[in-house]
Amino acid sequence: MIRTALLVAGKDLRIERRSRVLLWQVVPFGVIALVLCGLALGPVGVSRATAGPGLFYLVTLLVTLLMITRSHAIERTAGTRSSVATLGLDPAGVFLGKALALAIELWITGLVLLAGSVLLLHTSLHGTVKALPSIIVTLGALAAVGTIYGALTAGDSGAGTLLPVLALPAFAPLLIAGERSFRAALNGGGVWEWWLIVTVALVAYLSAGILLYGVLEES
Amino acid sequence: MRHGFPLLSGVDLDIAAGTLTLVTGTNGAGKTSLLQLLAGLVPLTSGRAQVAGVDLRSGDRRQLRRRVGWLGHEGSFYDELTVRENLVFAARALSRPVSQVEVVAARVALEGRLDTTTKQLSAGQRRRLGLAWLVLRRPELWLLDEPYASLDDEGRTFFDELLSEVLASGATVVVSAHDPLRSPTLNPIGVHLAGGRVVPT
Repeated sequence: MIRTALLVAGKDLRIERRSRVLLWQVVPFGVIALVLCGLALGPVGVSRATAGPGLFYLVTLLVTLLMITRSHAIERTAGTRSSVATLGLDPAGVFLGKALALAIELWITGLVLLAGSVLLLHTSLHGTVKALPSIIVTLGALAAVGTIYGALTAGDSGAGTLLPVLALPAFAPLLIAGERSFRAALNGGGVWEWWLIVTVALVAYLSAGILLYGVLEES
Repeated sequence: MRHGFPLLSGVDLDIAAGTLTLVTGTNGAGKTSLLQLLAGLVPLTSGRAQVAGVDLRSGDRRQLRRRVGWLGHEGSFYDELTVRENLVFAARALSRPVSQVEVVAARVALEGRLDTTTKQLSAGQRRRLGLAWLVLRRPELWLLDEPYASLDDEGRTFFDELLSEVLASGATVVVSAHDPLRSPTLNPIGVHLAGGRVVPT
């Protein structure tokens, strides 16, 4: 399972590095969205700093949806799905590999967005650094659940529109916990309760993916 | 079934191991659906079928897929990866030595294109790459959906030679095509499909 996961993650990241979709499309989109959020809030620094965590996760949500669609689109090009199906890869390993690749892409994008948040929304650098562990786990959990929902909707012709509708209820607790944790870090409060919730969600989504991904692929 | 419409109906077929079967028919006759069914890529919703000892209704289609090789109409690989990267991915997935990649690429005359991105290949070269995946795997059942499409005369000759080699090794081959095979050395068993049914030729 681990061998398959590393093989699939390596392949996905190599494709991403070569296509540069993340670099030239997803990251610029996220930065532009963050700039627009900053402009919409106006010049009052305090309100922007307060809204920072929420806006960070709002933009992260949009970016995540784009990246999930992209992650599954590369498997659905004509003929690829059938040929790869006959390679006999362990579905649990495929799930872990795709989730790992997506998580790495989200962590890279998240770092850029956090830098943007500090520069454009004036969120405190110290608080942002303190929130990093919870952000890493939250983005990892988003990648895990996103990979499950990506597989669920990938075969549908309306996957692009169906994915947000189906995935939002699963994303919502992660986004709320992530935002609370980030805000608590900025305000000097305890982040561990929220961090724990997100970690439990990560383990639950990883377990669900390992168990169900084969069934989702078959369906 | 697709959108409530049966893709195949009344198909009664017995393919012996180690033989070459040619499935012909017009567009939409059900050739691809039949091959996908045999590969365990789509579920059997009614009737009975067994492929390589695996029951297509109650058996493990995943197990069956590990034993078949599939070459579809289109490419069978990742467009953003090079020929070498695609073959290395397949080799690692199949636990084959990566050193075989160059041998296999040479076998399908792609040794000069190993570091070319797959999307830059011509249609015929893409078909050869699809074949390279199969050569790497050496499955017991080869399912080739219109393999002659996009191949020039040289490609067709090469493909016929490869088929002869595969049959000599004892594998079973099912090929779909619009027309009869041109090769004088290959003598397939013919199956003609029309409207999702086997009809007498």
